[in-house]
Amino acid sequence: MKVGVLALQGDFAEHLSFLRRLGAEGVEVRLPSHLDDVDALIIPGGESTTIGKLALAFELLKPLRTFGQTRPIWGTCAGAIFLSTDTLERQHLLGLMDITVERNAFGRQADSFEADIHVAALDDAKTPFPAIFIRAPLIARVGPNVDIVAHLPNNKDNGIIIAAKQGHFLATSFHPELTGDDRFHRYFLSLMKT
Amino acid sequence: MDKKVATFTVKKGLAQMLKGGVIMDVVTVEHARIAEEAGAVAVMALERVPADIRAHGGVARMSDPALIQEIMEAVTIPVMAKCRIGHFVEAQIIEALGVDFIDESEVLTPADEAHHINKHLFKIPFVCGCRNLGEALRRIGEGAAMIRTKGEAGTGDVVEAVRHARSVFGAIRRLENMPDEELMSFAKELGAPFETLKETKDLGHLPVVNFAAGGIATPADAALMMQLGVDGVFVGSGIFKSGDPPLRAKSIVEAVTHYDDPKILAEISKGLGEPMVGIEVSELPQTERLAERGW
Repeated sequence: MKVGVLALQGDFAEHLSFLRRLGAEGVEVRLPSHLDDVDALIIPGGESTTIGKLALAFELLKPLRTFGQTRPIWGTCAGAIFLSTDTLERQHLLGLMDITVERNAFGRQADSFEADIHVAALDDAKTPFPAIFIRAPLIARVGPNVDIVAHLPNNKDNGIIIAAKQGHFLATSFHPELTGDDRFHRYFLSLMKT
Repeated sequence: MDKKVATFTVKKGLAQMLKGGVIMDVVTVEHARIAEEAGAVAVMALERVPADIRAHGGVARMSDPALIQEIMEAVTIPVMAKCRIGHFVEAQIIEALGVDFIDESEVLTPADEAHHINKHLFKIPFVCGCRNLGEALRRIGEGAAMIRTKGEAGTGDVVEAVRHARSVFGAIRRLENMPDEELMSFAKELGAPFETLKETKDLGHLPVVNFAAGGIATPADAALMMQLGVDGVFVGSGIFKSGDPPLRAKSIVEAVTHYDDPKILAEISKGLGEPMVGIEVSELPQTERLAERGW
């Protein structure tokens, strides 16, 4: 199986090294032709406005939307923003996942943090997952067909939504690719088989 | 739930998000908007770009906090600001403003002739310049979460950035083939902390993100640095001292993404207008070379 990683900008190399470790063939995607015979796509962390502008300039928006009709896509942080239908700001989005994402929702870099979270969908779910949030977004709204995959506990209500899934789309507001834990990557690869 | 802030993972993590991107020097809110619109991954808020610091002379200091703050309010991308080498109070002030990244920069006049800032004490990450592997590892030892070449800022001449990148990558290639018993002598030779040197050998690259800076003026310059192996580029005077800043900024952003595709590079290099007027580094007297600053 061949997994593309959108390599316009951001930490795509980190995702590719996870894929290598898991025995999947990872390929860098910078142009529409690079999507040929790719079975799934990861959109990495980075700067979502930059990724959107480069996708527009190199005519990737439409091919990516078409790709998503039939094949899995996972977005981490900036990638989750790019997958969403709405960010409350004016920027180029794929609009594939029916979620509203609020950018820089936890604050600026001084507020970036690490936290251990619990994710029932992962293997060995009792072991917490080390989530890394860098000027991270949160998922402010999910559509009716979207399942919540992970919450960040807070004191007010049920917690903040930080991971969600809609069919073969996955969005995480944190960065599994910056950890040493490959369970989220394995979870995404399992979406290819279903 | 236990939230851990300001860990080295989180500091280094922001630099990882900037990879494959361009960080642009801006001196006004209008510049910052142009940079963001062109696809910059971050902006460096300054009172004067390096070319003007050179022309102006005198002591170059941290920018006015009011200007930094206006720029922070104008854009949604990360904002960086520069402090003088060793001037930890300027760094404290920049941190108090809520800036995302501090550049402890040789472009400003050094405040300490022997010591850099202890960067471990700060909540926000630092980027520091280097000319070689030893200097890079000393800065990482002090807590830098990102490294850049020094190059020769404000000249539009890429030769020094190339020299510094080649020096760092060349030393890492030597290191990779070096038996472990030779590491301590190599650490001594470089003036580098042993543990960080060992980590670099094991990884095959620096333990933090490594950008190019100093003298980058064209899309081809940016792609050259990327092909040499850096993770992204800083462009200082090269954009806003050129004839058509929005177009040049956009084309440099695209060149960093497609650095390995000469056909695309040819396309995006067309009709960019006048580049910045450069100064050849070999004609600069030793006393005016900013890269010599730092210890």
